[in-house]
Amino acid sequence: MSYHANEKGYYGEFGGAFIPEMLYPNTEELRRQYIQIMQEPSFKEEFSKLLKDYVGRPTPLYFGERFSNKYHTKVYLKREDLCHTGAHKVNNTIGQILMAKKLGKNRIIAETGAGQHGVATATVCALMGIECVVYMGEIDIARQAPNVARMKMLGAEVRPALSGSRTLKDATNEAIRDWINNPVDTHYIIGSVVGPHPYPDMVARFQSVISEEIKWQLKEKEGRENPDYVVACVGGGSNAAGAYYHYLDNEEVGIIAVEAAGKGIDTGESAATSALGKVGIIHGSKTLLMQTTDGQITEPYSISAGLDYPGVGPMHAHLYRSGRAEFISITDDDAMKAGLNLCKTEGIIPAIESSHALAIFEQRKFNPDDIVVVNLSGRGDKDLETYIDYFGL
Amino acid sequence: MTKIQDPISDTPIKMNRIQQKLQENHKLLSIYFTAGFPSLNDTVPLIQDLEKSGVDFIEIGLPFSDPLADGPTIQKSSTQALKNGMTTKILFEQLEDIRKSVAIPLIIMGYFNPILKYGVEDFCRKCKDIGIDGLIIPDLPVDVYHSEYQPIFEKYGLINIFLITPQTSEERIRFIDSVSKGFIYMVSSASVTGAKSGFGEEQQRYFKRIADMNLSNHQIVGFGISNKETFQQATKSAHGAIIGSAFIKHVMAEGPKNVESFVKGIRK
Repeated sequence: MSYHANEKGYYGEFGGAFIPEMLYPNTEELRRQYIQIMQEPSFKEEFSKLLKDYVGRPTPLYFGERFSNKYHTKVYLKREDLCHTGAHKVNNTIGQILMAKKLGKNRIIAETGAGQHGVATATVCALMGIECVVYMGEIDIARQAPNVARMKMLGAEVRPALSGSRTLKDATNEAIRDWINNPVDTHYIIGSVVGPHPYPDMVARFQSVISEEIKWQLKEKEGRENPDYVVACVGGGSNAAGAYYHYLDNEEVGIIAVEAAGKGIDTGESAATSALGKVGIIHGSKTLLMQTTDGQITEPYSISAGLDYPGVGPMHAHLYRSGRAEFISITDDDAMKAGLNLCKTEGIIPAIESSHALAIFEQRKFNPDDIVVVNLSGRGDKDLETYIDYFGL
Repeated sequence: MTKIQDPISDTPIKMNRIQQKLQENHKLLSIYFTAGFPSLNDTVPLIQDLEKSGVDFIEIGLPFSDPLADGPTIQKSSTQALKNGMTTKILFEQLEDIRKSVAIPLIIMGYFNPILKYGVEDFCRKCKDIGIDGLIIPDLPVDVYHSEYQPIFEKYGLINIFLITPQTSEERIRFIDSVSKGFIYMVSSASVTGAKSGFGEEQQRYFKRIADMNLSNHQIVGFGISNKETFQQATKSAHGAIIGSAFIKHVMAEGPKNVESFVKGIRK
């Protein structure tokens, strides 16, 4: 059984391209060319060169000794937090800006929730000198002022999404509408493994550098390529897709996906899509989706802005449905404590998204000789204000 | 209803109201509005008034939280309709007796997720029971319809209507034409719904190009038609045109009562 997308972009029953006809030419152009372009030697060369010299890859695979001792197992942290711009997001935006150039596009659009993907997109557009418009929910603009400022400094135009709930899902709708209105010159850089085919697969491939590195780094340190478990937080699921990618079809490696329970799964304020979602269509993809009994998409909640997406990438919906991955949900409180715990044990301030992945060690026991790789997807600088408010620092 | 012979089974079958209407020899005017807007119970009176005003057929919008092919006007009406409490179930209840008072073709236009959630077959069955003639589901692509859902729609006598745009390739238009059984919804330009400032030469060339393809289905133009002038431009080579956002704006400004003045303004 393969856990990768098939040629129509399906992961089991999930995925596909449920898009209005207006988007068909755009996605079809991309679908026909993305794999071929990614395999061109000149593309590969430029992509790896930028990942190395600009992003700062490979990111370390760091053995957290004090953290490991605390939980009586061997924990490695994949340090995506050390990427330029502070998270794994830039792996994908570098890949997609090169893709856009190959496709002859001269204008970039993107959506952003908390602003991390927006910043990563604005960054690569500045790097390439390409016009950049980032859609962001009006409510998110108000609560993520530093990232709005960063995008502006990088030369991007930040356009407020005023429709619906005025958050990430609406910013994504606005970006899609922009793409409908500008079908010829514009490339849409989606920030996660969501959206219509070929986006989930393309973004997963760009992020797969994470597990590609884990394999050789672990070989160097432990003499084996395969950990017993690889752990990542899942909102849309791009950092997780990258961390799992080269282990998906190797069932010796356990896959653990960590979702945001928010204030608790049954509180009505949660983003745990696997637990609360039903099959549906969001942003052109068939997946698990938080929705009303009438099929209206609902607004999720998490203290972490990067995890409050009402859907989940179709790869992850399939990993859940097939039982290939173990899904754990972590509350705001447990995530915040786990974040502070990493600060004190290892001297690393994690993004609150990543803190969710770190929190599972309080709930789930591992064997002392298990090797557990946790994808530390981002750094906590952007979350300082939330940490300050939460802990009264 | 006109009876035609089914060439395969040789038994007489009823012609769908849409197919009948398309045989009329004049330019067809269709109006889109969002069900449950401006007030929850405006749906049925609006349909009745639109028919009385001489509209040829009606698209009833099933509101969705995330209407990604729609511009600000229809977004706003959808959000309001949902706030008013509109659901798929309520819409079907409202339309339960619609065929006692309305004879023109009725089409439900909605996004795929609420239909999927209701159950595609249950949805189609309910449409047939009520007397709905067709569906427009912008985010159900023709390929998926053709491979997964076509037999269900046809079992319940529903005509599914597909969109084409100026960017749609000739090969794909031919495919859409082969799957279509009523008309093809010709999107006037690369855009979401909402009024534009008239059609230029580029659009006229596109309308003409499609007309010259001699498709087996008629074309009805939608998106960007707001008044008499754009209606006439759009229907120069097409069989009819659809007005949505401009009508909703009219309802926003004047309330749901004064439908006739809007329709007469297009047709005068």
